[in-house]
Parts: sequence; structure tokens; C-alpha cells
Amino acid sequence: MTEAARSRTTAKAKANEMGNPFQPLAKKDFDYGAAQHLLNRAGFGGTPAQVRALVELGLDDAVDYLVEFKGERVSNEGFEFKGDILRAQTPEERETLRRARATNDAETIARIERERQERQNADRAQVAAMKRWWLARMIETGRPLQEKLTLFWHGHFATGYRTIENSWHMLMQNGMLRSNCAGSFADLARGIISDPAMLKYLDNDENRKSSPNENLARELLELFTLGEGNGYGEGDIKEGARALTGRTFRENAYFFDRAQHDAGAKRILRRSGNFSGEDFVSIILEQPECSRFIASKLYRFFVNDAPGLSRDGAETIERLAKALRDARYELRPALRALFRSQHFHARENRLAIIKSPTQLMVQTIRSLGTPARSVDRLVEAGDLMGQGLFQPPNVRGWPGGRAWINTATMFTRQNTAVFLITGRSTRGPATGAADPYDAMHLVEHLRDAASGTLDARECVRSVATFALGGDPGRERLAELDAYLESIGGPRATITNDRLQALLCLISAMPEYQLC
Amino acid sequence: MHDSAYTRRLFLQRGCALASIAATVPCFIERSALGMLGDPLLASQPGVPEERILVVIQLGGGNDGLNTVIPFGDDEYYRARPQIGIRAPGAAPQNAQPAALALDGARGIGLHPNLAALKELYDEGIVQVIQGVGYPNPNRSHFTSMDIWQTGRLDAKGSGWIGRYFDNTCNGTPRPEASVAIGRNAPLALEGDVQKPIAFENPSLFRWNGQDLHASLKDPYDRINRAGGGAAGAGAGAGDTQKAFLMRTALDAQVSSDRIRAAVAKQTLVPYPGHGLAGQLKTIGAMIRDGMPTRVYYASMGGFDTHGGQLGTHGNLMRQFGESLAAFQRDLKAQGNDGRVTTMVFSEFGRRVKQNASGGTDHGTAAPMFLVGPQVKPGVFGNHPSLTDLDQGDLKYGIDFRSVYASVLEDWLKAPSEKVLRARFANPSLFKV
Repeated sequence: MTEAARSRTTAKAKANEMGNPFQPLAKKDFDYGAAQHLLNRAGFGGTPAQVRALVELGLDDAVDYLVEFKGERVSNEGFEFKGDILRAQTPEERETLRRARATNDAETIARIERERQERQNADRAQVAAMKRWWLARMIETGRPLQEKLTLFWHGHFATGYRTIENSWHMLMQNGMLRSNCAGSFADLARGIISDPAMLKYLDNDENRKSSPNENLARELLELFTLGEGNGYGEGDIKEGARALTGRTFRENAYFFDRAQHDAGAKRILRRSGNFSGEDFVSIILEQPECSRFIASKLYRFFVNDAPGLSRDGAETIERLAKALRDARYELRPALRALFRSQHFHARENRLAIIKSPTQLMVQTIRSLGTPARSVDRLVEAGDLMGQGLFQPPNVRGWPGGRAWINTATMFTRQNTAVFLITGRSTRGPATGAADPYDAMHLVEHLRDAASGTLDARECVRSVATFALGGDPGRERLAELDAYLESIGGPRATITNDRLQALLCLISAMPEYQLC
Repeated sequence: MHDSAYTRRLFLQRGCALASIAATVPCFIERSALGMLGDPLLASQPGVPEERILVVIQLGGGNDGLNTVIPFGDDEYYRARPQIGIRAPGAAPQNAQPAALALDGARGIGLHPNLAALKELYDEGIVQVIQGVGYPNPNRSHFTSMDIWQTGRLDAKGSGWIGRYFDNTCNGTPRPEASVAIGRNAPLALEGDVQKPIAFENPSLFRWNGQDLHASLKDPYDRINRAGGGAAGAGAGAGDTQKAFLMRTALDAQVSSDRIRAAVAKQTLVPYPGHGLAGQLKTIGAMIRDGMPTRVYYASMGGFDTHGGQLGTHGNLMRQFGESLAAFQRDLKAQGNDGRVTTMVFSEFGRRVKQNASGGTDHGTAAPMFLVGPQVKPGVFGNHPSLTDLDQGDLKYGIDFRSVYASVLEDWLKAPSEKVLRARFANPSLFKV
């Protein structure tokens, strides 16, 4: 190649890359705003001090810190769950029941029914405790992306407790999702077709050779891997269902019921063979549509969930999909590239996501540094705002975005923030309501080194910008300044109480719902 | 709250919003903006029917249908329920319990004695008793069966049937206030893919708490949340950005909150008893009286899971239910709104025919429903299910609940039932209109 040709090729490559939104952000552009954006999206936000620490790390190390889960592991202290609440009847118990039925012994039948009812009540109590456990994890963890990804996969492979009525199976699924959350999507997909909770939720325990049940096969293609209508047909569902026959569970473990499995020849996605359930998944993963579908769901969750998609957004999804394929569906490399990319940090994607109810609560606690007050109350608020953990609305999971918001959830969102900031609640007394909150840590770094004083207007601007994750705009600042003046006069100083009142107003701004 | 300057300003703002972002503004806005002004021209024109309202009352826990609508003419009933059977009118009292209230036009069928208030409505000709309502392969789990009733689907999956009704009207654009549930959680029935209900336990909770901290917070809060689509400065709230959407919803929330709280602050025209259900219906009555644009209201009452010693418990529940419903009906009549409102009562399942060893009843299947209002065909509809031809000790249903929904949708709400229920169900034609 001649010198001229070589330089032409380089120039061309450069030009190609110049318009590439998946290129890493210039290191110098990783400023406070970018670090806060990263921490909000790849986690649940953090205090001003934590954001500054992330800026210090620089883009690459900051992304690594989050993606490699380098923070401290959270302990499960105070929580203990049991796997035998809903154990099957022992042979003795079965015999007792059989005899009671045969002799019309109503008293014994009623006792057994009562015991069954009690076990079910205990199981419901356990799932309620699991909700508190998970929310507490999200609030406390040093590895926020791990919990956030687990939540993402919970919404993706949506399974609801009320349908399966087995808390331990929900907990096992939660563990499976967490341990694979940033690993390989292939492992997640294989894991989910061996997961008792999912097998029950989508009726695969009734998918038998003689009468296939298509539910799991259909959702596997439509919701979990390829996306609705993306390169498969009804025939693939039918044949895929046959491949999945016999995949069921016994007690708490996956069980392959060979007698119910249809080992015959199948034709799935243009391939033929005596496919098993695992083969079915492998064939799906070979389809490029799968990587695109997963990339676009990750994009909606981490980058932008507004209706429509920009040209750069479409390009980013395409490149993210390629990153997934190149890494054989390993998620970490793709996520690392995404969180470093120019597009992720671009203006169009700042404050472009509507916080999920969980994000709203956990981010308020982790960024403003409020007490968690009552995890019980927060679990209830999450349900009210439409995100009951372990209870997505249906197999499609939470649609997210604007679906979170309506007139009723708007008040619940605003009131939940007031509760966290002040302990105030109209739902009656809650534990933790009186826990003190020192909001002054949000402004300490603004204290004048020489005089030790705080400039009130500077504090207002700083806190509003921080809490809203961006420039609040002239009008909002004027409103907050005017409020401060109305309660403290023209020379009002910043106190903890005043700061809390300001935070109540800031968290009541509709734009507080964005991250 | 509703001084004209304030509403005028809002209206003007909404007018702006409508002009600048017409494509994304839900269609309710035109109407509710006008509604806020109380435009007499639109409110009631001769020959134009007022908008119809459906009120759903959910009896949670599985109401004992056999002790609600009592087949006192059938000896089998007393054989199955020696201790908890309600005696026939005129029969010798075995315990202190009063007798069933025989229903005119239905031989051997009567209401629970504590439903005297409901019986009066029946005698007025505004109650329809639908017997033996259920569905194939009945599910005896509270959760699942309730989800089946609320989704209108036997697989209990997907959106709620009333939510789908709204999704299929008004071009699928959500309308705040279209459906209101009284209770902490919105029922699945009202959850559409697009349409979401308003739910509140108590109207005083449907507002921002922060203003209770200090009075000084109220005005800035109002300014922040009432900017809506038009007045937030250089296009901040305009367009189809996430922020604009949030600003519009925040304004809607303030308007709804004002309306609802103003509505319930008024003295009711008739007294209501102190029961929980009565309180809910009182709130609903106040909202109807105030002319809210709500089409479906949802109230609920729990405690019907009477596994043991049910005679007293169930009797109390019956009294509360009957008195609450009767007060509500009197209120609607006093308002002159009774013709616009139909109330539908259901439970997720009935109970087993035989009483159990604890003087209660276990989860069963088919049970009666009620439709109440001057526009329903009065009387007893359908046959009482046989007490001898049973399915594993349970009643066989005669009418699929989705057929009842079909009639409510087609005849009352004037909506295509097939689209909403995703299947064709025979319409039993339960309404006069």
C-alpha cells in the first residue's frame, strides 16, 4: 500500500469512527455531571462526596468500579429464609388424609386443611420479608449495579409470586438472576428454562410429550430472547414447546422428566434435529435478532426510555448488540463499552429516564443521604407506585417509562420523598419516622474556608442542581430563592431545617422523577 | 378552590397546551377543561343522555352465596347446613336467627335476613339477582380466582377488564379520573395497558403531604406543580419530552386532587351508616354528585373468608353490605343521578354447599351477583344451581361471569364487549335500556 493510500484509509477509518456514538467519551469530559449521571444509571445515585470520588477515579476506573462490582458486598444480616415451608406431604400425612377422607372424618380433614392454610400464610409472610430484604440490599449495597441488573432481569424474566405461590422458588430465581446478572446472557437464558419458579409460572410443569403446553416456548421467543415477531413463526413455537417438554421441578429443584420429554425430530428456526430444551436455547442465541433485542432492552433500561429513538440511539443499539455477539453474550464487556460511550453521556440522554419506583426511593436515600426510616413502609410505597418486588404485573414485566406515572402515583412519589426527608407521613406513625436527617452534608463542601460561612444562594443552586441531576433552570432557582427569603428574610442563612424544606420542594418538582 | 379566576387560568393554560402539543395530549383534556368551568351547555342538553357510570363493589374473601341468596325451598340446603342454614320464612325458629326474606317472583328463594335494606330496593324494582354465576374449571385460590374475575380471563393474566374497556375507547389515550378506586391499592380490574386508575384510601391522602410541614410550602408547591404544559417558560413543558409529560401529569394530579377533595367536603344529601363500605360509597356518591368525569368507580369490602363460626360474622357482613348499598342508592336518588348509575356486586367465589366442622364454609365455586339501579331488569335472573347435582361438592355455575360483563359493557357502557373480553360471550341482556 502506498503512503497516500495508507493515509487515505486511516482518514476514512477516522471519519467512520468520528460519527460513532459508541466511541468512549473523552477522558477530560468525565466531569461531575457525567459521574453523577453514571452513578444514577449504573446504580442508585450517591452523595456529592461519592460523585466526587468517582470523578477522581476517571472514566475508565469509575466504570470498572461499577461494572466489576468492586464495592463492598452487602450482608444478609437479620434475614433468614426457609426452603421447607411448602414442603410436600410426607407419606404418613398422605395416609392420614386418605383415611380421614375414606371415613368421612371431617375433623381431621379440617385440621389438615388448617395446617395447609397456615403453611401458605407463613409463605406469604416470607415473601413479604423477601421484599424488605431486597429493598434493604439495594439501599445498602456497595455494588449497586449488581442489584440494579438483578432488578432488570427480574423485569425481563418476569415471574410473579401470586401465581406460583412459593416464596422459596422466587428466592432461588432471584439468586440465579443475581449470580448471572453481569455474566453471560446465555447462562441466564439456560438458567431460566431450569428455574422452578419460571417453569411453574409459564406452565412448563404441564408441558408433556402427549399434550405440549406452548406457554414457555412462546414467551421465551417473544419476550425473553428474540422479541415479538422478530424472525420466528408459530411453527417455531410449536416445535420449541416440544423441545421443552419434560422440563419440570420436584420440590425445590429442577427435574428432567425423561418420560414426558419428546425426543423426536424437530424443526426450529430453519434447523432440524432431535432438539432438547438446551438445544432450543442455543439455536435462539445464534440468531442476531437475539443480541439486538437484548441490546435494545438494556438501552431502554440504562440509556433512554422516552418514546422514539434517535439515529445515534439506533446506532448504539446496533453496536451494543455486536458487542454482545463478539463476547459470546458476556454482558460485562458490552456494559463497560456502553457506560463509557459518548452516546450514553450525550446531552440527549441526560435526565431521559423516568425513575422506577425503586430507583426513586433508593436514589433519594443514597444521594440525599436520608435515613431509610421504614423499609416496611417503602415496600408498601413501591407496591402503590406500581413496582411490587417479586410481583411484576405480568410476564411482560414492568413496561417502565411513562407507564410509571399517573395522577395517583405522582402524589405517592412526592409523598414518599417527603417521608424520607422529614419522616412525615399521613399513613400514621411509622418506625424510623423520628430518625434524624442531617442534610447539611450536601453543602459542607461549599463552606468558605476562611470565614466558615455558607452562601445561601450558592447552597440552593448547588443542592437543586445535585438533587435534580442537572441545571434546574432560572425559574426553579428563583422559586427556591424566594421561598428561602419568605421564611428567613433577605439575609436568610442555611440551616438543616431550611434545607429539608427546600428538598421537599425540589423533590416535588415533576422533573425530580427523571434520572 | 374553584373560584373562577383560578379555573379560568387553568383553562387558558390548557388551551395553550392543546394548541401546541395537540398530538400528544390525551383526549380527556378538552372535556375536563370544559367540565371544570361547569359549562351548562354541555352538562345536560335535552335529548343527550348523561354519561353512564358503573360502580363495582367487590366482596373479598369469597362470599357465601348460599347464605346470601338462600334456597330456603330446598330441603337439601338444610341437610347440607344443619347449623348455619338460614330458616325459611314461616319455619319454626331453631335458634335466635331470623328467617330469610322471601323474594317476590322467585319461588323458594330469599335474601339473608340482614339484607332487609337491599330487600326494600328489590321491592322498589331496582335490584337484579343473578344466580349461579361462575366459570369453567373453577379455581379455589383467593388470589387466582380474584385475578380471573378482574382480568376477565381464565388464565388470570394480562390487564384488567375495565382497564381494557378504557384502552379500547378514547383512542387508547389515558384519561385521569376515568376510573377511581377507593382503597389503598388500585384493583387489577381497572389497570389497562394504557389507562391507569386513580386510587386513594381517603381523599385527604390524595394530595401532597409536604404542605402539612409548614404552611409556607403550599404556594411554591402549587406554582411548581401547576405550571402544566403551557406556562413553564420557554417551552420547558411543551413538546413530547419526558419532562413535558411529567409536567402535564403533575397538573392533572393537582386538578383531580382539588376536585375530589372539594367534592367530598360537601355535606351529603342523605345520612350514611358508619361502616367501611358505606364510607367508600359516600365518597363515590359525592364525586358523582360533583359531576366528576369518572365512568367507573370501585369499592371493596373484605372479611368474607368465613371458614369458622360464620353465622355471626357473615350476618354482620350482610348487614353492612345491605345498609351501605341502600344508603348509596338513596343518595343517588336524592341527587337525581340514580338513572345514570348501575352498581355491580361480585365476589371471587362462593363457598361449599356443606358446612364444615367448624361451623363455617370452605372455598367453593358459583355464587350470585347483584346489579342495582333503575335501568337493570329487576328480579331474579337465572336458576338457582342445583344442590344435589354437584361437582365435587360444589355448585355448578349456570351463567359465566363474562356474559354478565358482556351485558354491562354492551348495554350499559355501550362498548364492544368482544374487543374488551377478547372473546365472544352471549349477552344475557340484563338491562332495560
